[in-house]
Amino acid sequence: MAASSPEVQIAGRLAYRPSRHLRERFIEAALLGAALVAVATTVGIVFILLRESIAFFREVSIVDFFTDSQWTPLFSDPHFGIWVLLSGTLTSSAIALAVAIPVGTVLAIYLSEFAKARTREIAKPILELLAGIPTIVFGYFALFFVTPLLKNFIPGLPGFNLLSAGLVMGVMIVPYISSISEDAMRAVPMALREGAYAMGATRLQVALHVVVPAAFSGIAAAYILGISRAVGETMIVAVAAGNQPNLTFNPMDQAATITAYIVQVAKGDLPHGSTGYLTIFAAGLTLFVLTLMFNLLGYWLRRRYREEY
Amino acid sequence: MTVALELRQTIARAKRRDVAFVALGIAALLFAACTFVALFLDMVSDGAARLNGDFFTQFASRRAERAGILAAWVGSFAVMIVTALFAVPLGVSAGIYLEEYAPRNRMTALIEININNLAGVPSIVYGLLALGLFVHTFGLGASVLTAGLTLALLILPVVIVATREAIRSVPGAIREAAYALGATRWQMVQHHVLPYSMPGILTGVIIGLSRAIGETAPIVTIGAVSFIAFLPPPPISTEFPFLNADWLASPFTAMPIQIFSWTSRPEEAFQANASAAALVLVVMTLLMNAIAIWLRYRLRRNLNW
Repeated sequence: MAASSPEVQIAGRLAYRPSRHLRERFIEAALLGAALVAVATTVGIVFILLRESIAFFREVSIVDFFTDSQWTPLFSDPHFGIWVLLSGTLTSSAIALAVAIPVGTVLAIYLSEFAKARTREIAKPILELLAGIPTIVFGYFALFFVTPLLKNFIPGLPGFNLLSAGLVMGVMIVPYISSISEDAMRAVPMALREGAYAMGATRLQVALHVVVPAAFSGIAAAYILGISRAVGETMIVAVAAGNQPNLTFNPMDQAATITAYIVQVAKGDLPHGSTGYLTIFAAGLTLFVLTLMFNLLGYWLRRRYREEY
Repeated sequence: MTVALELRQTIARAKRRDVAFVALGIAALLFAACTFVALFLDMVSDGAARLNGDFFTQFASRRAERAGILAAWVGSFAVMIVTALFAVPLGVSAGIYLEEYAPRNRMTALIEININNLAGVPSIVYGLLALGLFVHTFGLGASVLTAGLTLALLILPVVIVATREAIRSVPGAIREAAYALGATRWQMVQHHVLPYSMPGILTGVIIGLSRAIGETAPIVTIGAVSFIAFLPPPPISTEFPFLNADWLASPFTAMPIQIFSWTSRPEEAFQANASAAALVLVVMTLLMNAIAIWLRYRLRRNLNW
């Protein structure tokens, strides 16, 4: 070997080697396998939720599930009306969005169209840090800081209530909405803004009449993501909104959401396979379908209103 | 004359609105910042007194003043190791596949739709998946391994998206240069694309892990208990084979669970414990996020293609 000329050595290296080809194929297959874990996770979620929910609906009629006005799965006379939990979820989400959408949108417009680069450099990390705070900490904050604060203004507010949970949830969602909307607004080409400025528009007029409509798809997607987050948020409501299933749309009441119910049951010690155990999967399936619907709606909105530049 | 006056008034009004909106924008920013400060100060004022050496070295106790977070922080640490061991290789591989290998076909579209959708699935649904699959079908119990796997699946989309973004920012010329020298695709990825995208990937991994360490809902759902007065067995032993995996099967508690359990206690002394533990958790996640933000900042400054 040592005696062979450099040309022969190089030719030998460049020769087709099945082992090298095989190695490449093997690596590609392994990488594909890793990517397929995402598909397997979705399949796993749907499979588990359906399997346990089917077992649940063998014992409870699906009509009762959607029409009953009580949720008392662990009583001797059990009722399974999912609307009771849904009402808590919808009320707390509505409060959260009433905070997050205006504040998030104003912040996004301000940061994208008005703020100086320096302000943005400071504001964006702060918002990111706010988004990084664990939700259990927000729950603690809602229960021990915001509720006592609200009691000063609303006498008779119960210790657990949807209002403070919803408000804190709103603050939690602000960074998500503002950062996605801002990205969408900054993607609007400068020429559009310059055209409007040339017509004598002020900054606000450019922002509201040119940038926001042009970035509408991205802003709508941000709102939808916010809704999806609010509906699926667990620890804030589990800590601050109470665990009492309650068919109410009154923010001053305490009520359990779908997520808070799941946590409450899972925390206890229910035997595997019992009806109580199965309820959390039926509730989880409802939640999954609800968030899936919002995700699809966001996807559809983005396609429908996408402006191509 | 009147037309000019009207025009001037219209312009003045439009400009006033501009100023008003800036005020509104700053108010929104201050609102976010003040909430952050209030949250922090609230925790410090309630919990700072409990933060001493004993708090970190004591197990949970029925008596609030003797309770500590030893089992919780050790448990969180163990779970994070498992999460990183699964999420990083899987997420980075999936990201490499989608950016460098994937053909434009239905399979790729299916994978991408799945990743997008998984990013929007509520974390508690992952908990239900783990409860049904890992705990009851595979029989792994409410162990460190189950929790680590669950959180790994949860942060997988974060790691994949960060990896893809980092890889996408590597210019095509680098790849072409490698190919021109006769590198195979994997050699190109291994020697060129991966080293260049490493800081971006690292940023994504840290952000993912900082999210995982604060996640409560999924690990409460798999049935992790809050009152644990022992640590998982150490992974290194003095006897042959020196390493063991018993800690993976050990029951555990974690920081967020400990906070949740103390928050649900009516006694005020436990609230102080909860806020002290929450302070520790927030400082942990903020540190991780700050490292990630700093990494990204350095990355943007140093790389000029």
